[in-house]
Amino acid sequence: MSKTNASGRSKAPGGERIADWADGRLGIYKGAKKNLRKVFPDHWSFLLGEIALYSFIIIILTGVYLTMFFKPSMAEVHYHGSYVPMQGVIMSEAYASTLDISFDVRGGLLMRQIHHWAALIFLVAMFVHMMRVFFTGAFRKPRELNWLFGFLLLVLGMFTGFTGYSLPDDLLSGTGVRFMEGAILAVPLVGTYLAMFLYGGEFPGTDIIPRFFTFHVLLLPGIMLGLVVAHLILVFYHKHTQYPGAGRTNNNVVGFPLMPVYMAKAGGFFFLVFGLIAIISATFTINAVWVLGPYRPDLVSTNAQPDWYMGFSEGLIRVMPGWEWVIPTGHTLNFGVLVPLMIFPLVLASIAVYPFFEAWVTKDKREHHLLDRPRNAPTRTAFGAAWISWYFVMLVGGGNDLWAIHFDLSINAITWFVRIGFFVVPVLVFIVTRRICLGLQRRDREKVLHGRETGIIKRLPHGEFVEVHEPLSPEQLHYLTQHDQPKPAELPPAVDENGVERKVGRLEKLRVKISQGYFGPSGQIPKATAEEYKAIQSGHGHH
Amino acid sequence: MSSEHGSEKNVSDDDKSLPETQDTAAGGELEKHPFADPGLPHHEPRIQDIDERAAKRSERVVALFFTISMLATVAFIVSFVVFPIDKIFYLWPLGHISALNFSLGLSLGVALFAIGVGAVHWSRTLMDGTELVQERHPIDSTPDEKAAALATFAKGAEDSGLGRRKLIRNTMFGALALVPLSGVVLLRDLGPLPEDKLRHTMWRRGLKLINMNTNEPLRPEDITVGSLSFAKPEGLEEGSHDFHREIAKAALMLVRLEPGDIKDKQELDWSHEGIVAYSKICTHVGCPVSLYEQQTHHVLCPCHQSTFDLSDGARVIFGPAGHPLPQLAITVNDEGELVARGDFAEPVGPSFWERG
Ligand code: HEM
Ligand code: FES
Repeated sequence: MSKTNASGRSKAPGGERIADWADGRLGIYKGAKKNLRKVFPDHWSFLLGEIALYSFIIIILTGVYLTMFFKPSMAEVHYHGSYVPMQGVIMSEAYASTLDISFDVRGGLLMRQIHHWAALIFLVAMFVHMMRVFFTGAFRKPRELNWLFGFLLLVLGMFTGFTGYSLPDDLLSGTGVRFMEGAILAVPLVGTYLAMFLYGGEFPGTDIIPRFFTFHVLLLPGIMLGLVVAHLILVFYHKHTQYPGAGRTNNNVVGFPLMPVYMAKAGGFFFLVFGLIAIISATFTINAVWVLGPYRPDLVSTNAQPDWYMGFSEGLIRVMPGWEWVIPTGHTLNFGVLVPLMIFPLVLASIAVYPFFEAWVTKDKREHHLLDRPRNAPTRTAFGAAWISWYFVMLVGGGNDLWAIHFDLSINAITWFVRIGFFVVPVLVFIVTRRICLGLQRRDREKVLHGRETGIIKRLPHGEFVEVHEPLSPEQLHYLTQHDQPKPAELPPAVDENGVERKVGRLEKLRVKISQGYFGPSGQIPKATAEEYKAIQSGHGHH
Repeated sequence: MSSEHGSEKNVSDDDKSLPETQDTAAGGELEKHPFADPGLPHHEPRIQDIDERAAKRSERVVALFFTISMLATVAFIVSFVVFPIDKIFYLWPLGHISALNFSLGLSLGVALFAIGVGAVHWSRTLMDGTELVQERHPIDSTPDEKAAALATFAKGAEDSGLGRRKLIRNTMFGALALVPLSGVVLLRDLGPLPEDKLRHTMWRRGLKLINMNTNEPLRPEDITVGSLSFAKPEGLEEGSHDFHREIAKAALMLVRLEPGDIKDKQELDWSHEGIVAYSKICTHVGCPVSLYEQQTHHVLCPCHQSTFDLSDGARVIFGPAGHPLPQLAITVNDEGELVARGDFAEPVGPSFWERG
């Protein structure tokens, strides 16, 4: 590194010669010059996306290993592996090979465990990462596309997970596959055809596992890999957002350089995540398919529960009343299954389109690289909290039998709680969250104007007791007042300057209403102004 | 490159696109403004930056973790060789676990985790700890770039003649729209047409009910009050190629009721000495119904808790199922064995559009 070799007389070190070779073909020095010292801001919440990325890599590594042994076939065999309780049992090759991976391949069980644990962590990480992006407003211009890429990854991740845990063809996963057939049959007009085509005939047939296998190891991960790459390129290109603070503005990035700090930190973090998942997999058995037995359509395990990310749809399907009607054409409309089937994507879509909704309300065309503190966007924060609560109400519904058993409640009561909660809880959470945000804004305002409460009580000469307030540092003053407070939109005057009546569309009227809700007096507490601050500082400064 | 970048101009310089804001801290005379950005705080050196001995200590800690990782990898290889795959041992509080899985997972985990700890510790204590500042640049292109791009596009479009030569354009769109149809047509053989496949099961007149547990024909006396019995049609053998497909429709459950308790007239007609046979396949989304409460004659589907009253035509009394379980009419043959009097009168399992 010390011997530079511009003249070309003495021999350059080996690494440099390889880089020279690559540069002649790829022009790598230009890119390296620009990017090696690229700055990334630091915050724990930025690690969530990294966890998702690393678990994805871990899943691919272990998944490829599993394909070496797994047989995606529904042909029936008699089991003769080394797991004694299953000796001679008739099962599909898929299930038998999963037993082989678990009991006859050294380290196979560990790979299965890591694959499954990483899948759960992958989805949790994506979900929480998405919430971080949502609550800090990181989805605003110019990052709307990347928001959508991320959202697609979450949805595809759910389906990849579902197809994955269906592969072993055990009693639990087969129940999920049966569920899917019932759900598809509920689709009006074409449902029966779709089911026949997907399963290659009547349920269960012998095609569904091989087909799921192709989706699971090729189609879905392929699309996801493309999306992940696009996602990361955009993060790089837009440069990472940062939290507000002294020295951090909308047009700079403050942080540490990619080389060496981020390479060491992010690279190290990959090993931390991988190591942790390996340790979890060594100690906590997940999906012990050998206990469940092979799938048979006439048998079922109790406590049939999908992995957590499908629990939402499970809740919907459980609490929906069994509405089923034969309509006058002589056809059956199965609303009991169809409605949950439609609500599921709608709920997901409602969060996916939020950035576009907010952009329409604010008509804000600026780029945003400074993150919002959630309290400074009360309506958005309330919407996000309400959405999460919606998700969790349904998750409760998905485990209604577990709740009933563990808390000694009647299933009926839980079902009604969830049915009502589906409509009521998000509204309540919305209202409460918005209030909390406004309360926090009010407190920030107080803090700016009167300083931080120290808890020390002082007695004034004339006998009055006051609490000593410590003035804030310039950094804190800046931090608590740096955010924008948009003005609510207003309808233009009813007549224009020529006295002609102005037409305002219905949509625009609606937008103005919503904007008032977001930014009107009920939607935000005016932050402290410099004038107010100066007035207090120069006046009776003892409070 | 270091700290003092206090410029407050917005990345997007297009002022017209700024929505109105109420007073921002960045209003004009920065100096006198009490809330003005004071700039990046001064970097506090770490102990490793000033004390070489502390730095040496950090170096040794990092090296220690990398060494632990190496040892753990050796432990992984040793475990792989040493532990037989079927060795189970007891470890509180985990219970009985596989020695191989546990040792491999733990050693691999430590080997990886230690690399992570080492790298992160290295970056935090020994790599330059000053924060850098880089400028952002607006994403949108300048008006000049935009104009040039549009002009280039216009030139390309003009050269193609797509706008002028309508015939080419329209036939091209037509061709491109049609060609994916081949792909759709190819999907046709993914599966057979439904026809009436979902309407029939294996059951037919005179077919014996075979006890699922014993594989023997069921007799009325085998069915005792208060328990659920499961049956399959005669001739359906486990392991035969169509077993799953047929049992998914034909699986049967039987209970014995007091004939006087049966509330539904048709149910009584189709029963034999109080023994009723119902499809075991839940009409919700097809799980096998499996829990029976003998006092109430309710059966419960464990999947989503649909509950059916077997003394009243298997009416749905709770849960998301949309219609009763279909009943199979049964009787006994000359040998006194239970037999079907025909197929189910309606399709079993989840409902579908054509069910009616
Ligand atoms: C991208 C996200 C992915 C997710 C969320 C995921 C999830 C899962 C899950 C939950 C299982 C069930 C494991 C069990 O408990 O046995 C599974 C099985 C499996 N996966 Fe994946 N997987 C993903 C990608 C992949 C990839 C890329 C491959 C291969 C290239 C793969 C190969 C397999 C195989 C062969 C099985 C069946 C083996 C077994 O169950 O033991 N997976 N997957
Ligand atoms: S399958 Fe029986 S209740 Fe859903």
